[in-house]
Amino acid sequence: MIAIVDYGVGNLFSLRSSLQAIGQPAEVTGDSAVIRAAEKVILPGVGAFGDAADKLRASGLDRVVCEAAAEGKPLLGICLGMQLLFEKSSEFGEHEGLGLLRGNIVPMQGTIPAGLKIPQMGWNALIKKREHPLLREVQEGDCVYFVHSFYATDCEDSVVAVCDYGREITAAAAKDNVMGCQFHPEKSGPVGLSILKAFCEVSL
Amino acid sequence: MLTKRIIPCLDVRNGRVVKGVNFEGLQDVSDPVELAAFYSDSGADELVFYDITASFEERKLFTDCLRTVASKIFIPLTVGGGINTIEDFDRVLKCGADKVSVNSGAIRDPGLISAAAKKYGSQCVVLSADVKRAEGGFRVFSHGGRVDTGLDALEWIRKGVALGAGEVVLNSIDTDGVKNGFDIEMLNALDVEVPVVASGGAGCMEDFVELFRACPGVDAGLAASIFHFGEVAIPELKKRLVDAGVPMRPVPSRKQETAI
Repeated sequence: MIAIVDYGVGNLFSLRSSLQAIGQPAEVTGDSAVIRAAEKVILPGVGAFGDAADKLRASGLDRVVCEAAAEGKPLLGICLGMQLLFEKSSEFGEHEGLGLLRGNIVPMQGTIPAGLKIPQMGWNALIKKREHPLLREVQEGDCVYFVHSFYATDCEDSVVAVCDYGREITAAAAKDNVMGCQFHPEKSGPVGLSILKAFCEVSL
Repeated sequence: MLTKRIIPCLDVRNGRVVKGVNFEGLQDVSDPVELAAFYSDSGADELVFYDITASFEERKLFTDCLRTVASKIFIPLTVGGGINTIEDFDRVLKCGADKVSVNSGAIRDPGLISAAAKKYGSQCVVLSADVKRAEGGFRVFSHGGRVDTGLDALEWIRKGVALGAGEVVLNSIDTDGVKNGFDIEMLNALDVEVPVVASGGAGCMEDFVELFRACPGVDAGLAASIFHFGEVAIPELKKRLVDAGVPMRPVPSRKQETAI
């Protein structure tokens, strides 16, 4: 069973439906016992980093997620959930992340060429930086759906794929059992479903 | 590079997809779930699911229908029609909408935009405006294009973005249903920093080529009847646009079921 961590951030309907569509039993849960019993864990999230990090800590689920990662359970962060895996973010002040991946979250504002709209909202092509089981089905030119204004940098040791939005933007990262997608696989059509399926089937 | 989006709009009434000419003469086209799956497989980049009469008749969306679409279709889904309160946002977001479009409800209460943006994030809030030329300017109409609000469209849209709308759908009533091309002049008069979706007037593939050529600030083209009646097939449209140098997401090489 896959636990989708519910800490009061974001809309989990599509994520649950998409896992259902690929035949993967998943439970949206804020119950630490259920998350501990799960084989794999997904950390979703939308909104502001600071708010989400506070909610995750207030619920105590930050420790449960970190335990799961330490045990070697496959963990997938999606969108803001991916950003939370990194060390810190400079979104509206400085905020500590979970520190499971090395790197920082920085704003597009001032770091991408002027004239590009922020947030990046829409479909952009994945450019693989290295092979990883998560993107095993992804072919050159395959697009996924992004909605974000911040992105991960200083993460050369974990970056798996980037997209081009005036500069290279970290799109997927992974280190051992800890994985993350800046884009929304649950909103990225067949390509996105193939990535979720690859996560569900990953063996480390 | 971020691709330009092609968005079929499913105007829904009583659980069926309809499309009128200048909002009159509704005609039943097809089942929303079937159409949504068809479009997703055809390479639609997003779907708009709109209750065309909710605002006028104060009717709520059929959330069951929405839930069914959202549980089967894994591309972004925008929902509009009869969105007047934060509770309306909550209701459709729980049924799987990714973005919620406000129109008359925001005209009545602009605070709805800021309240929704604060609660759900700007990326969730789409400001949709039905705009028509009147008295030498562009004016916002409400209630499915029936009521002149007296608001200047460009001012209203800028205000909506300042309040927190994360995307704008500009629907030209002047070109809607006429099938003679998007309203290039109106679209180019709009200058906002959030994504802009052009709506109203698409009649053939070349209208999309012209849209993206003439309006660099436009991120997406929305249409209904030309897709529903098969006058323009999305895979061919995307091929034509790629040939014209417009960045497009490729049509999925596999259908959703085979990806599973």
